[in-house]
Amino acid sequence: MDSRRQRRMTDDTIQLAHGSGGKKSHELIHQLFLPFFNNPYLNKLNDQAVLNCGGKRLSFSTDTYVVDPIFFPGGNIGELAVNGTVNDVCMCGARPFFLSAGFIIEEGFSIEELRAIVKSMQEAAKRANVLIVTGDVKVVNRGKGDKVFINTTGIGFMEHDLELSSEKLKPGDAVLLSGSIGDHGMAILSLREGLSFETTIKSDTAPLNGLVEEIIKAGGRHVRAMRDPTRGGLAATLNEFAEASKVGIHIMEDSLPVNPAVLGACEILGIDPLYVANEGKLVAVVAPEGEEAVLRAMRAHPLGKETARIGEAGYKNPGMVDMLTKIGGRRIVDMPVGEQLPRIC
Amino acid sequence: MCLAVPGKVISIYEEGGMKMGRVDFGGTVKTACLEYVPEIQIGQYTIVHAGFALSIINEEEAIKTLEIFDGLAAAAADD
Amino acid sequence: MKYVEEFRGRERVQAVAAMINAEALPSRTYNLMEFCGGHTHAIFRHGITDLLPENVRMVHGPGCPVCVLPISRIDHATALARIPEVILCSYGDMLRVPGSNGTSLLKAKSQGADARMVYSCMDSLKIARENPGREVVFFAIGFETTTPPTAMAIQQARKSGLKNFSAFCNHVLTPAAIQNILESPHVREFGTVPLDGFIGPAHVSAVIGSRPYEYFAEEYQRPVVIAGFEPLDIMQAVLMLIRQLNERRAEVENQYTRVVTKEGNRKAQELVAEVFELRKVFEWRGLGQVPYSGLRIKKEYAEFDAERRFSIPSVKTEERKGCECGAVLRGIKRPFDCKLFGTVCAPENPVGSCMVSSEGACAAYYTFRRHGR
Repeated sequence: MDSRRQRRMTDDTIQLAHGSGGKKSHELIHQLFLPFFNNPYLNKLNDQAVLNCGGKRLSFSTDTYVVDPIFFPGGNIGELAVNGTVNDVCMCGARPFFLSAGFIIEEGFSIEELRAIVKSMQEAAKRANVLIVTGDVKVVNRGKGDKVFINTTGIGFMEHDLELSSEKLKPGDAVLLSGSIGDHGMAILSLREGLSFETTIKSDTAPLNGLVEEIIKAGGRHVRAMRDPTRGGLAATLNEFAEASKVGIHIMEDSLPVNPAVLGACEILGIDPLYVANEGKLVAVVAPEGEEAVLRAMRAHPLGKETARIGEAGYKNPGMVDMLTKIGGRRIVDMPVGEQLPRIC
Repeated sequence: MCLAVPGKVISIYEEGGMKMGRVDFGGTVKTACLEYVPEIQIGQYTIVHAGFALSIINEEEAIKTLEIFDGLAAAAADD
Repeated sequence: MKYVEEFRGRERVQAVAAMINAEALPSRTYNLMEFCGGHTHAIFRHGITDLLPENVRMVHGPGCPVCVLPISRIDHATALARIPEVILCSYGDMLRVPGSNGTSLLKAKSQGADARMVYSCMDSLKIARENPGREVVFFAIGFETTTPPTAMAIQQARKSGLKNFSAFCNHVLTPAAIQNILESPHVREFGTVPLDGFIGPAHVSAVIGSRPYEYFAEEYQRPVVIAGFEPLDIMQAVLMLIRQLNERRAEVENQYTRVVTKEGNRKAQELVAEVFELRKVFEWRGLGQVPYSGLRIKKEYAEFDAERRFSIPSVKTEERKGCECGAVLRGIKRPFDCKLFGTVCAPENPVGSCMVSSEGACAAYYTFRRHGR
């Protein structure tokens, strides 16, 4: 593991930032969890573990959903829980088959709302053609939870022998982004207590397994790695890739697709869209030989129409991400620390 | 310091004895207090800081500023 | 977004960059302080320094309200938040700022204190109305741009007879800080900090106008150009300063004409003068005690003054040893000169105030430029 990570925990209690997908989350994982759970599968720290089971390679991933509010423009916590884990399972090129769904429900939560959530989970599973095969329900005292939390775990199978991983990037590889950034995070923020603004922004939550299949078919062994940038935004994912592969990643601000309404909301709140969560986008890093074919295949898919080549891997500043700005200057795109808070100054 | 962003006033109303407005920032609309720019009209642009409109944007000055640069850009393109 | 994209256009910015490179005399350096943290953030976010010649050096000033607030005031706010009946409302910027022994409002919140983020101070009035049994305290920070909103909130609280709202006032003033820097021995006597000109803050000037800077241009013979936050605004302001210096002029010029006028916003100035009064002295992190640089709520509004309403013992606190924020805020040192920079002190574990706010020079260098050493 990277020695720079060996510093001890800087906090003595859990803070919100530990759950934000940024530096604090990494510190918690590296300093507290990994020393105990240490094993070759987990240490790769990809979004999914790839396991060998009787000659077949299996992709295994879990995620918990605590979004607030639980209903938001473009979806709800249930749909998010299915799509999110489907996406984590398939990012290594696997085809997702089975999901589990564990619920922690607060006493007093409305059955009507629970039914709406479960119904949308079933629809999302159908769209991603996966089956919810096991589950669990627990109820906690009022005030000890927040309406409902959902954990989903997914299993998929690799029907090829490709080895995608965040450690495989090489200088010259193209970085492709399947669409606009910041839609999910800003859709949620627009409803946050005290911040409410009217907007057309909708969450982009969607199952990406179909798009992944097209990418694997078109690019095959030229595809180095794929990941869906959720919490911590595009910046977190690119930094994770750069660090894991010890390459620099150089992107261009002009090439970043950002929905104008998202840009407007980010400007008012002083937030950088590079750090805002997405729930239906993926980053694919492809060797030059496969770039053209993968780009075409992504743009042909409904969830990849806006795919853009946002930059490439390179030799300069290994482990870091930098960006050529709109005006022709250069800046680092650092790993986020915690959750981005709106600022006024 | 003092992050303030330009937006277009699309409606004006009264709330709690205060003049308020809905201001559009590229498709995202936020309410803002207009008490500090009482003479503002619908359709005009204002800069909003922490929920307060503080100044009405002077359209002619904006155009004048940009024209200087366009002059520069053209001049730079010739030589 | 109108009035944003046009001022970020590459061709226009590159054209101004070409003019700057042509007109900056190679025989000298141009040390230009951008007083305002908003400019510091914009300079790094857009990578503006890459477009400037080597001899045009941007010196980052103390105009970041998060950076200049002393640890004692943060401890004071945290102590207020820990009072059981208090709901402390704060702008997002202040939630992560470390007070003494690593505490902060967010940490206090994780231990049960009721600290909430608000986008506008009027939201804290709403929270006060919705929680009649609680005491709502608004953590008021910021320069002249952020003071009128607090004044309006206090006036509205009085008009609507709100009994459970007060403000913890930490508003500070730009001219007093500029004067303090220009008076400092490093600038005035030793010249160890060459300061040739100022880029004046954008939205502070929208409120106070361009007139208050005329005294500095005259008294200290330094040109001041008030600029907007977009790259084009900043580049044009740098060009205007270079021209003034080349022509030996020291005047106040306004680049941000679409927003700033000579008089500023009179109504805002009047309401602020009605609710607040000058403090004889106020402590700034890094600058020390600066005379007439802060505001206090007047006696007529005493019921809305959290400092009068809650007695919080003030405790003397000092900077962490080795932290050079004071020197960085005055432009005497650069972030790299600090031993803690990037090791003990980094965004995930900020020691000094300049590393906390995204507008602080150290955070900006670490986040946007640390590879460029």
